[in-house]
Amino acid sequence: MSVLVFADSSEGKFKKTAFEVVSYGKKVAEQLGTTIVVLTINATDSSELHAYGAEKIITVSNESLGTFNAKQYASIVTEVAKQHTATVVVLDSSIDGLYLAPIVAVNLEAGYASNTVSLPSSTSPFTVKRKAFSNKAFSDTVIATETKVIGLAKNSFGIHENTTTGSSEVFEPTIIELGVLSEKVERVTGTVTIADADVVVSAGRGLKGPENWGMIEELASVLGAATACSKPVSDLGWRPHSEHVGQTGKPVASNLYIAIGISGAIQHLAGVNASKVKVVVNTDPEAPFFKAADYGIVGDAFEVVPKLIEKLKAFKQV
Amino acid sequence: MKILVCISHVPDTTSKINFIENNTKFDTNGVQFVINPYDEFCLTRAMWFKEKQGASVTVVNVGGVETEPTLRKTLAIGADNAIRVNITPTDGLQVAKELAEVVRKGGYDLVLAGKESADYNGQMVPGMLATLIDFNFINGCVGLDIEGTAISASREIDGGNEIVSSSFPMVIAGQKGIVEEKDLRIPNMRGIMMARKKPLEVVEAITTDAATNVQSFEKPAPRESVKLVAADNVDELINLLHTEAKVI
Repeated sequence: MSVLVFADSSEGKFKKTAFEVVSYGKKVAEQLGTTIVVLTINATDSSELHAYGAEKIITVSNESLGTFNAKQYASIVTEVAKQHTATVVVLDSSIDGLYLAPIVAVNLEAGYASNTVSLPSSTSPFTVKRKAFSNKAFSDTVIATETKVIGLAKNSFGIHENTTTGSSEVFEPTIIELGVLSEKVERVTGTVTIADADVVVSAGRGLKGPENWGMIEELASVLGAATACSKPVSDLGWRPHSEHVGQTGKPVASNLYIAIGISGAIQHLAGVNASKVKVVVNTDPEAPFFKAADYGIVGDAFEVVPKLIEKLKAFKQV
Repeated sequence: MKILVCISHVPDTTSKINFIENNTKFDTNGVQFVINPYDEFCLTRAMWFKEKQGASVTVVNVGGVETEPTLRKTLAIGADNAIRVNITPTDGLQVAKELAEVVRKGGYDLVLAGKESADYNGQMVPGMLATLIDFNFINGCVGLDIEGTAISASREIDGGNEIVSSSFPMVIAGQKGIVEEKDLRIPNMRGIMMARKKPLEVVEAITTDAATNVQSFEKPAPRESVKLVAADNVDELINLLHTEAKVI
């Protein structure tokens, strides 16, 4: 028996969610009185995971696995889960994790609880809390199968240091025939992605035009944040679609979400309200976003944002 | 090309979310149901295949009789025929298993489904379905072209896109990008009239055990009201974010 965690990496480096799923898996293993086994694929230094509770680390390194392929990666997770008789498999909710999990669940004939936000409230029956209805509700879900797959919602458990000594072993996976081949990866480099950002600075139609985005980018840069935008802004072509956050755009689950000149339509809130702290700057005190925010400034973005940049620069220097 | 588009029947985004029967059931009272927005992008892409490449388009829903108006709407948009698998499913795996049966019987080349449904947001049915029936599978698809038997697709990855190639049979989990919002279609009167005559077949479920089940629902605790800071006092905001919220 064991708890298996897949710690995903990109270009050899662990994603932040990898530390979160390991932290979570360690606690689940403690609850079940068993050990945690962590699988890594082509990570440069797997030993950093010991700091978050990893006991046994299974490392796979193979050049042909350089580009993520869901079927292949799922096959490896399945092989390792079987070899270590894992009763719980924990995956993150990154784009890769969400691609993998349903495949792994069917491979292992396991029940799958996506969007999980808590440790099991009971291990028999195995019950976890999940998000549903676009963050407007939670469900207590029982996973009834012998093997369980958990998709941990991003930023729901946090990263907890828990230094553990452990072992590491190399695993040679079966290389399968791929049905989907990668032709080209187009990635914007040098900027923080919305998925990985602790802070997201987002702006809406209140900015009046694409030429005014300089201050949004500067504010984001001061905060080490990703930039995002509302749906009307991407529909108008002021900003690329990849920045659209909200229900049909990208989901945001950052620590801090700053919304500038965004009124807060329900569809927008549905996509961003998993963020821990929300700040709104809007000229209209009746904007619905104020009801969903933690902090707000009623004011003109063109006055508030430059001041915020100036004061934050001073704050960061202290 | 035979296409199957999976359709979820979901509450409109603006719906109030409430629960009944001791918080064990979603309260559908007064709730307007719509085609799942993610499925609607896929349906529109399927219509283009039909119009430009001569594909046939079947839509399917796994659900009770109350979902039929949503299926009729997809017929009014232009799907050729509809199938409803008659079961109120308990979890995503059950839905995937019912869909697998429909795909096996219908001999489809391409299955299109939204990457998630706007109600339970499970994001699992397309991947489970593909694995159950051993079809190729592309998740989070934001662009799709098919020439003959060659499939080229773009899928969203962290910080960009990946271009992939593949072949039939295929399950695609789509999202905005596979078509844009402006491409979505509102059924016209002729479509609505024609939809009444199109076949909507009800098939009995194979009925499998659910792997997960919801014990109860709860709503998030009501949030504290917003703390307003004066526009000329951004120092105060920075202070609050640093000392109180501890996020900077």
